[in-house]
Amino acid sequence: MKLLTTIALLVASTLSLAETPQQIRQTYAAEAAAQQAGFTASAKRGETLFRQRFAVSDKMPDCTACHTANPVNAGQHVITGKSIKPIAVAGNGERFTDPAKVEKWFVRNCKEVVGRLCTPAEKADFVAYMSEVR
Amino acid sequence: MKRLTLIALLGLALPAFADRMPLPANTPASFKTECASCHLAYPPALLASKDWQTLMGGLKDHFGSDAAVDAKTAQEIGDFLSSNAGSPSKLGNAGNPPRITQTARFVRKHDEVPAKLWRDPRVKSAANCEACHRNAASGSFSERDLVLPELKR
Ligand code: HEC
Ligand code: HEC
Repeated sequence: MKLLTTIALLVASTLSLAETPQQIRQTYAAEAAAQQAGFTASAKRGETLFRQRFAVSDKMPDCTACHTANPVNAGQHVITGKSIKPIAVAGNGERFTDPAKVEKWFVRNCKEVVGRLCTPAEKADFVAYMSEVR
Repeated sequence: MKRLTLIALLGLALPAFADRMPLPANTPASFKTECASCHLAYPPALLASKDWQTLMGGLKDHFGSDAAVDAKTAQEIGDFLSSNAGSPSKLGNAGNPPRITQTARFVRKHDEVPAKLWRDPRVKSAANCEACHRNAASGSFSERDLVLPELKR
């Protein structure tokens, strides 16, 4: 019986490579709560982050430079011109379902646009906004 | 005899395929997931092996962006690019950091493109192959598949 449970858990854990946006947001929120008691993710703060002008990079002063002011719409890379699928879940159901991919792009794009790594709190807020915006 | 003729014909036909550069069948999935999100998955034959190695060695600061991948993936992509790379003597110097768009071959193939078109908002960058070559992602660079009206003859 115990063996069966173990096997079931193992199978479940390999399948769970794909997650939901809620799970990914929860992971970042838990990380943030460990640093800041009582933290809960806020879509509103996520939107502020999305629209904030950092001006660290000339060509990419803010997230909207590539993702446009409406994250439900497709965007375009400002330098290469390549089209970018919508970043919001409402525009693209594949968003925020692969934790490794999400983290990889937070590292890259926060460095380039914000000029530093984003905090777990910022990441939780951002995922909340992108999951809720219609 | 027939076979020889066929081979000779194939040999003759090859240079005409310069406008067909689909990704090789053995392209690793990692090349598409890691090298095709910010721009086209460029055909490996458009840079020399040495230039691909230089480029792969500097992914942390890749034209101002962070394109870093883990060591295993870097090895896989690097090997693939090198083994399908183009001939250095035909391509010419790619500069540093290496750019396809700086090679003598690219410049020669594009000498008909009016200078101001490279900066046109519809194009943005010479590296944006798809702005002009509609089917670049499937490897077609033929004259027939050009999009911008200015380029039609
Ligand atoms: C995070 C975004 C990003 C990723 C990921 C990325 N690149 Fe780039 N790449 C760029 C940018 C930005 C440029 C500069 C484009 C320009 O100047 O128009 C560029 C340019 C290039 C060029 C030169 C294009 C020219 O002008 O001829 C090559 C070749 C290239 N990348 C190969 C790769 C390879 C191989 C990978 C995968 C290991 C990769 N790139 C991944 C953003 C990226
Ligand atoms: C501003 C428009 C424009 C852009 C951007 C552009 N090209 Fe071209 N390209 C052309 C034109 C025009 C020709 C000439 C077509 C002809 O006469 O056959 C051409 C020709 C070519 C050819 C030669 C095809 C043959 O018949 O031998 C290749 C290969 C090619 N382009 C690759 C690229 C690649 C790779 C990129 C991106 C790194 C790119 N081009 C970007 C306009 C463009």
